[in-house]
Amino acid sequence: MRLINLIPARPAAIFLAALPFIAIFAAYSIGSDIRLEANPQDKLLPAPSTIAETAQRLFTEPDRRSKEIFLWNDTFASLARLFGGVGISALLSLLIGLAIGLLPYARSTMSSFIAVLSMVPPLALLPILFIMFGLGETSKVVLIVIGITPFMTRDLAQRVLEIPQEQIVKAQTLGASSAVIAMRVALPQVLPRLISNVRLSLGSAWLFLIAAEAVASNVGLGYRIFLVRRYLAMDVILTYVIWITILAFIIDWLLKTLSRKAFPWMESGL
Amino acid sequence: MSFVTVSNVWQKYGDRSILERVNVTIEEGEFISIVGASGCGKSTFLRMLLAQERPYKGEISIDGGDTAKEPNRERGVVFQKYSVFPHLSVRENLIAAESFDTAFGRLSGAKRKAAEARADEMLERIGLNHVADQYPASLSGGMQQRLAIGQAMTAKPRILLLDEPFGALDPGTRLQMHDFLLELRDETNMTVFMVTHDLQEGFKLGDRVLVFDKPRWDPHDPGMYGATITYDFDARDGGIPFQLKEDADVSA
Repeated sequence: MRLINLIPARPAAIFLAALPFIAIFAAYSIGSDIRLEANPQDKLLPAPSTIAETAQRLFTEPDRRSKEIFLWNDTFASLARLFGGVGISALLSLLIGLAIGLLPYARSTMSSFIAVLSMVPPLALLPILFIMFGLGETSKVVLIVIGITPFMTRDLAQRVLEIPQEQIVKAQTLGASSAVIAMRVALPQVLPRLISNVRLSLGSAWLFLIAAEAVASNVGLGYRIFLVRRYLAMDVILTYVIWITILAFIIDWLLKTLSRKAFPWMESGL
Repeated sequence: MSFVTVSNVWQKYGDRSILERVNVTIEEGEFISIVGASGCGKSTFLRMLLAQERPYKGEISIDGGDTAKEPNRERGVVFQKYSVFPHLSVRENLIAAESFDTAFGRLSGAKRKAAEARADEMLERIGLNHVADQYPASLSGGMQQRLAIGQAMTAKPRILLLDEPFGALDPGTRLQMHDFLLELRDETNMTVFMVTHDLQEGFKLGDRVLVFDKPRWDPHDPGMYGATITYDFDARDGGIPFQLKEDADVSA
């Protein structure tokens, strides 16, 4: 049989899905074991048990001086920046995308500008943002917005343009104004795409967030990672990395579920 | 006074002539079939009736009005596909025919109730009441086209334009759709233009059959001359007495 026709059965599929996770955990454990054997003080690859202890401490025990649990503070601060930036980007890209997709005048004005703008490397603008907006929250949110909005806008404009012309004409024969076509025909059909855009952009959004926090901040997940790097606290760093991964995964899953629940018409044809 | 008047209409895209000297008058309630070879401009003609594009020169007037600049509620349309809104349920699609004409595209209160009642009536008529809450993607091609026709009729247009409405349907469904359309016509006496490339269908459904073709042909420059209406058949009563009886079988 050809390889392309070999399909794993259910138990095998589950095992195969778990395999990379198991493999990487095993490789890490072995590596950590070897290093700790040679030098019990080694900080580079802490044992999984050490990481678990550290994680438990980070999640539950407040700091002795400030009586606050840093991990939760960092999480809330970072998520607020992330959601702020992604939310603003989503809104902006939706408005501009609809305008470009529906209005020829807006398309002539904006589409090449957006295309050029999306080529600017956002991280190169970070110093400018720090100079313009200071080291506070604004510059971090703005970095995320600048980083992901052009891409999302281009994609959404493209989706609006892909709505069959027949539908737009049909709406006009039913008496719909430009605004009604935007709100009742185009908007509902690009909303699912907006959500999948947000899902795709979250990766870059995290990147920009952590970069901005690493450079200048006093609270945040990225800030903490770069802070404890000075003490080679690999157990803390790894806990944070795993925590960020879990957060990103949950956000992605929530968006996927939302998209499936909110747009039943998308899947009724499948 | 004729209802739809097309006088001396020309259309060209760049240097390519598509239509030239198209003149025709249509009475209210007539069913006009438009046939012709591919690329002869019959769909262009329909788009101009729809006001999706404007003639290069000439006038198209409905009930004495001016040539329209953009599609409006005077014209209803059903395309071969993509005629209904995929994100609205079947009932919502019919209500949209009334609500899209408002400032925010939505109806509320008593108006909404009334529109719902009318939508249910229309659903009954087009035989889709059992799928009222489903989305178009889950309907068959024939049902989608029935919905599209019902939606266009709900807006009460002056003329109904059909652009190869049954082109994507299988032959059995197509026959059912013919019966459905004839029934609907008897009830409403709507003026209908239908583009088709199925001659038999054109003669069966139409009162008149307009044939588009190029009367002049430049072998060195095929885009030089456009097409026009070369025949205007009377297809009523099976085309009799204008056609031979043997040929009339097509309308049986």
